[in-house]
Formats: sequence, C-alpha cells, structure tokens
Amino acid sequence: MNPAYSVIFFTVSSGAGYGLLALLGLVGNAHGKASSPGFAIVAIAVALILITAGLLSSTAHLGRPERAWRAFSQWRSSWLSREGVAAVATYPVALVYGALWSGFIDLPQWIGLLGLLTAAMCAVTVFCTGMIYRSLKTIPAWSNRFTIPAYLLFGLATGSGLLNAISFIFGRFQTDAGKFMAFLTLILTFGAIVLKWLYWRWLRNRTAQHTMGQATGLGEGVRQWEVPHTATNFIMKEMGYSVGRAHARRLQQLCMLLLDIAFFTCLLAPKFDWLVFPSALCLLAAAWVERWLFFAQAEHVAQLFYGKERV
Amino acid sequence: MTSLPATTHKKLGLVIDLDTCVGCQACATSCKEWNAQGDSGPLTDTDPQGSDISGPWFNRIHGYEVHQEGRSDSRVVNFPRSCLHCETPACVTVCPTGASYKRASDGIVLVNPETCIGCKLCSWACPYGAREYDYTQGVMKKCTLCVDRIYNENLVEEDRVPACVRACPTGARHFGDLGDETSAVSQLVKERGGFDLFPEMGYKPTNKYLPPRARKESYAAGVAALPKSDGSVMEKLFVWADKLLTASKASAPVNPPDNSDKLEG
Repeated sequence: MNPAYSVIFFTVSSGAGYGLLALLGLVGNAHGKASSPGFAIVAIAVALILITAGLLSSTAHLGRPERAWRAFSQWRSSWLSREGVAAVATYPVALVYGALWSGFIDLPQWIGLLGLLTAAMCAVTVFCTGMIYRSLKTIPAWSNRFTIPAYLLFGLATGSGLLNAISFIFGRFQTDAGKFMAFLTLILTFGAIVLKWLYWRWLRNRTAQHTMGQATGLGEGVRQWEVPHTATNFIMKEMGYSVGRAHARRLQQLCMLLLDIAFFTCLLAPKFDWLVFPSALCLLAAAWVERWLFFAQAEHVAQLFYGKERV
Repeated sequence: MTSLPATTHKKLGLVIDLDTCVGCQACATSCKEWNAQGDSGPLTDTDPQGSDISGPWFNRIHGYEVHQEGRSDSRVVNFPRSCLHCETPACVTVCPTGASYKRASDGIVLVNPETCIGCKLCSWACPYGAREYDYTQGVMKKCTLCVDRIYNENLVEEDRVPACVRACPTGARHFGDLGDETSAVSQLVKERGGFDLFPEMGYKPTNKYLPPRARKESYAAGVAALPKSDGSVMEKLFVWADKLLTASKASAPVNPPDNSDKLEG
C-alpha cells in the first residue's frame, strides 16, 4: 500500500499523544493531584498538541478536507467514523481531567475517576485506529492479530518516552519516581521489540492464501497475458507500492536498532538522566519507521488482477 | 447511511460471458464516454492528450492466459472487471461519511460525489479494485450500473440498459435482476454455471461471470487421432511415398553437423 505521510504522521503523532495522555490519567488516578500545576498543564498540553497535530495531518490525506466533519456520522458501521467520534469525545474529558489534576478546579475527589476515564478514552480511540486496518480482509498484512497490539503498544511506548522527557524538564524524573517511569518505558519498549519481531517473522513465513485463480475464478493455471491499460491507474499507484518491500529487511533492522537504542538508553537513564531525550527520540523515530513499513509492506488482493500471483 | 439494507427489492447486476468476450474495449470506452457526459459528472482525465494520461474508469478489460492442467494448449480469456454491486459490500460499511450507500430498491452501490471526503478507505476495502479515486475532483468514483440510463424515460426502451451492455458487439454482457430466479440473466447463470469472483472474501457479488466453454483437446488430440487404415491402393501408395521421402531425408541431412563449428568460428 502507498505509505501516505499524512497518515503516518497522524498515527505516530496522535498515538504518542494518546499514549502520553493515558499515562497522565493513570498517574492522577494513582497519586491524585499533580505535584505542580506547571508540570500538569505542560504535560496535558503536549499530549493534546500531538493529538491535534495528528488529527489535522490526517485531513491532508482527504481529497475534500473541508467536508471532514461528515466523517463523524457513520459510527454505526465505520471504524474510521468511530475513531473520529472517539477522538473528539476525548477532548472534553481530557480538558476536565487536566483542570482537576492541575488543581485549576479544586475537586480532588474526582481526579481518580476522570484520570481513569481519560486513559480509557485514549485506549478506545487508538483501538478504533487499529480496527480501521485490522478489519480490512483485503490486506492480509493488516488483517491479523498483531495490528491492534502494535498500535496500542507503540502509542504507549512513545507516550512514556515523552513522559520521561517532560518529567526531566520539571525535575520529576530525577526523583525516585524516575526509576518507575524508566522501568515502565523499558517494559513497553521490550514489548514493542518482541511484537514486531513476531510480526515480521509471521509476515515472512506466512503462505499467501489468496491467488490470481481465486480472484479471477479462472483456476490455478492462470497468468496475466495483456494489461488493461498502458498508463498506471489509481489502483496500481495506491495498492501496488513496491519500494517498501524492496528495502523491507533493512528498514526492519533500522526499526529494531532504534528500539534497542531506546531500550538501553532508558536502562541507563536513572544513572545518567539526560538520556531520557535520546531515548524518547529513538522511540518516536522507531514508531515512524514501523508505521511506514506497516503501509509500504502491505499487499492488497486487488493486485491479483494486475499480475501478482499470490497475496 | 452506510449500514446495509437487510434486503433489496431487486438485485440488478451484470452477467459477463467470458466465452464470447473478445476484449474489444467497446464496453470500457462506451462506459467512459457515457459517464463523462451523464448525470453523475464528468470522469476526468489528467493529461488526456499526453503520454502520461491518467483518470478513473469504471471498467477495465484484462487479458489472462489460462492453461489447464493436462492440456497441451492454453487459451486467452478476456476479462472485463468492474464493480460487482455486492450484497454485503465492505466498501459501503467502512465509509465514514455515508457518501457510499447500497440502494434498498435495486441493490446498486453508489457514491454521492457531493458528500464523499475522498479518504480512499472504500478502495482499500474492495478486493476487486472496482473503485478509483478522481485526483482532480478529490472524490471516489465507481460504476453506477448506469443508474442514469436504466430508469431514464427520455431514452428509447432499448437504450435503458448500462452503456457497456448496449455497446457490446458480441452480446457478452447481460443486464437484469439477479434476485428474480425467472429472469433471463438468472436463467443464463443457472444454465452456464455462472460464478462469483473471489467468493472467499464473503461480500457476495451480484454480478456473475460465465466460464469459458470447454474446448476439445484440439491440437494434441488431432495429431493422435489419425484415420484408421482401410488397406486401399491409394493408402499403400502414400505409405510407400512417406517411407521413401523419410529415408531420403535421413540420408541427406540439411545441416551436416561437421559444418557447425566452422559456421560459429
């Protein structure tokens, strides 16, 4: 599939934003009011800015962005619509939570519940994003059990990397809490490494079950003889992206390397606390490469009509 | 509304005969011509007179070579591909705006170009590659089953069929109600063993394809099936002549092997 940068930026940026926001919600749920209003406001603002930048970027993928508001209407059947509704519904919850957690509204008894609700809304939104891809039977590389965990895990891992960095700026990472935060990032990063390793191994070893014979109904002895048009069309451009597949192995290694660097810098971060910055940057870069490959490596069954023998 | 209707009153669709289709592209060009001027708006092309022409078409005519196991020959099958107006199409349910819909009255799957946001998700959901994005208008385009012809009372009766069906010179395209078992198209599907494309996907296409008719084992069988001997004088003469000619050929090779080295050198 054609890896559209607007969609890659959207899923990486919003994913990190929702990951950060969810963790902030859980922090408030566990510890109540934030230690300083400045820290709370900056952290919530960073999360919401990342989310908003991502959502705005996603409209660049649209042919008619001015009609984007219509996408909130079909939540009964469409995961894309559900994602939009969940994303918008998260804003008021997050804002109320931010006001409570930072102490702007002095009702500390509500912090726990709103924190949990914020985290749940983030999870629901990212889950809906994953389901857009997971539900497409036409793309076997997406329609499998790895897709949802990958979206949730990369969102949380990049979010926790950002939380470490923001905590460092406000002097929170340097306290005992830093050790727990670094531990959390380590677990999430390790989870991402294992998940992607399993996914890429599965993708390499799977036997492609869809054939040109099935697509055309002409049986197994069929091959392309004459192409229907001499110029490329939308289907060939959108579904037939092959650059990613050519460099897939190298880019997978790059993604793994970035995750490994993130892991080890985070491991040393309680000793050398400035390492939270390279750690967070490596996580974001790894998420970007992972997402690019997620699109570029995916093959669509419509290619079977255009000469591809198996998908 | 992108939720699907529970049932449709009719199941209008096409039956495409892969045996008689000659791949002339008349259906595709007639489709493009009608839809570039019909009610659903122009089907735009970029660089239309240039070398890098591009634009959406509703109908693409592929050519496949089919080689059946155990046969010495293979055959070419011309294969028109367009929207199959599925009974349970994922392209409709994934649409976030309601621009894609399946009509409860006749089962036709349409896109409303006034409300489509051009997110392209429907094209990802369709296994048949039937939806093409219009880069100039920023919306998705697809076969309308010529909804602006089939009910159009301004047209004479025989023109109230999809443009592709009207244009086909070999009668390889048939239009009708596949939900009605007594209709001509349903009978044709039954008679000829019409099949679905990609039934594994589970979207229950309405359009059906008629398989190429079985052919005799023409070439190899023809060589093997020599006529039986009748013992006549003429036959003996031919056998003698055959032996004589074969023997003289063998004794005077056309390309003596000892010359080959010199020729290469």
